[in-house]
Amino acid sequence: MTYLLHILIFIGIYIILSISLNLLAGYTGILSIGHAAFYGIGAYVAALMALKLNSPFLLNIFLAIIASAIIGALVGIPSLRIKDDYFIIATFAFQIIVFSILNNLVSFTGGPMGLPGIPQPVILGIKISSHISFSILITILCAFTFYVSNKIVKSPFGRILKAIREDEIFAQSLGKNISAYKVKIFMISAGLAAIAGVMYATYITYIDPTSFTVMESIFIISIVIIGGAGNLWGSVLGAIVLVMLPEALRFIGLPNAVAANIRQMLYGGLLVAFMLWRPQGFIGEYTFNRNNEK
Amino acid sequence: MKELLKIQNCNKHFDGITALDNFNCEISKNEILGLIGPNGAGKSTLFNVITGFIPADSGMINFKNFNISKKTPSKINNYGISRTFQDLRLIRQMTVLENVLLAFKDQPGEHLENVFFRNNKVKKIESENKKKAMELLKNTGILNKANDLADDLSYGQQKLLSLLCCLASDAELLLLDEPIAGINPAMIEKILSIINELPKQGKSVIIIEHNMDAINKICNRVVFMDAGKKVSEGTPAEVRNDPKVIEAYLD
Ligand SMILES: Nc1ncnc2c1ncn2[C@@H]1O[C@H](COP(=O)(O)OP(=O)(O)OP(=O)(O)O)[C@@H](O)[C@H]1O
Ligand SMILES: [Mg+2]
Repeated sequence: MTYLLHILIFIGIYIILSISLNLLAGYTGILSIGHAAFYGIGAYVAALMALKLNSPFLLNIFLAIIASAIIGALVGIPSLRIKDDYFIIATFAFQIIVFSILNNLVSFTGGPMGLPGIPQPVILGIKISSHISFSILITILCAFTFYVSNKIVKSPFGRILKAIREDEIFAQSLGKNISAYKVKIFMISAGLAAIAGVMYATYITYIDPTSFTVMESIFIISIVIIGGAGNLWGSVLGAIVLVMLPEALRFIGLPNAVAANIRQMLYGGLLVAFMLWRPQGFIGEYTFNRNNEK
Repeated sequence: MKELLKIQNCNKHFDGITALDNFNCEISKNEILGLIGPNGAGKSTLFNVITGFIPADSGMINFKNFNISKKTPSKINNYGISRTFQDLRLIRQMTVLENVLLAFKDQPGEHLENVFFRNNKVKKIESENKKKAMELLKNTGILNKANDLADDLSYGQQKLLSLLCCLASDAELLLLDEPIAGINPAMIEKILSIINELPKQGKSVIIIEHNMDAINKICNRVVFMDAGKKVSEGTPAEVRNDPKVIEAYLD
């Protein structure tokens, strides 16, 4: 039971990460490989607040979202001016910078040793410490993320995101200030990713920089693509499938060490297979195929 | 006649090519101006410069006595200039209705604070816009296509839809780049009659067209350009008989 809840909690974390990336990549057509950096920023902000200031969980999660969104704007404003491939490289650079800050600012972030002993959440006097209470909390946060994202993509604001994804020039010709929309969705995407970071930090109670590397970003992208870009349920489905897959490998009797290696290969193989044969993922409506553009 | 748009001494070079050569032109309120000239004359470039998609090397463009030369495309559209593209642009993965809805101005739902905190207002305006869009589609005979993807329309219908988006964006000046090229005669009739009605609604049009019958039908004034220069200007008959125009076509 504990094991199942543990899996459930991780599914929840990845649902939040993939939905938030889907807003940017799937709905707006802006592919970022720096998403795990925002995941990390959320985790570190909440962990440091709790450890150094002993501040309450709800304040920490709020500040983690705000900090991540602001950093999202600082990265987004200059880099969203550059086009597709170069933007991807810029987000990669950002990812590396965040990693090296976390890794080298030893006195503050603990460097490679990370931050142990992160307090578990206390919400309105209720301590979240059992697997079941964490499962409930992550379910609520997933629902919140889904609600916010769904509201956005179904609105006229979301219509503009889609227009930007399909034809920026047309959107501009109809008076839409596309840079402003890009920066806004980048901030929202970053802010929501921070929620996942806060949950990870307070659930595991220990973080170090290796949890927030580019490999992690690529895993999140895989969920978005395999689940289906441009469809929020796709991200839910993708997170469930990709988090459970290695567990399934363990069940068929592969030893842990082998399963861990196979896991990476499996994800890579799956991603390539989907890109080739089912670029829209399970239930997506957008493919990152730029041939039919302009 | 009051001038709406005034283009003064505009120049544009693409490495080696002169697309606009000290170009001057004006358009008045409630006028349909034809812009004609051979391939590569710089007609589309002029539209791109007016709408801010391509910066001019020099020159000034005033719209309602306001200098729009250095403004962004989205700002220029919001001042009241809408355009279509020669290489037909639409959001093909959205429905016909959604394309028209996208074009409306001042939608509360385009701002997130309204989406989350003033949902009633967002819903109200959205349903009003839907009604307006349906009305547009009905009047132009493609109401039955409202929920089809724009991609599934015929080429002529797509051209019609791009014109409808232009109309929905509520501009005073419409720049139409070959709106009837490559479509069937019935659709040509339909589109021309829509354009012809625009001055009565207080709108002005600059239309680029190679089809001279169409130009004769809807324009009272024509500008002929060649190699980035204005060569001739006047009524369609005057321009047609201008020796300079005849010479340009013989070259
Ligand atoms: N973005 C660009 N970059 C480089 N050259 C361009 C660009 N846009 C236009 N040109 C060149 O400028 C010249 C004018 O092109 P433009 O498209 O304005 O002509 P046009 O009058 O619209 O012709 P057509 O009737 O064929 O549409 C052409 O020689 C064209 O190749
Ligand atoms: Mg042209």
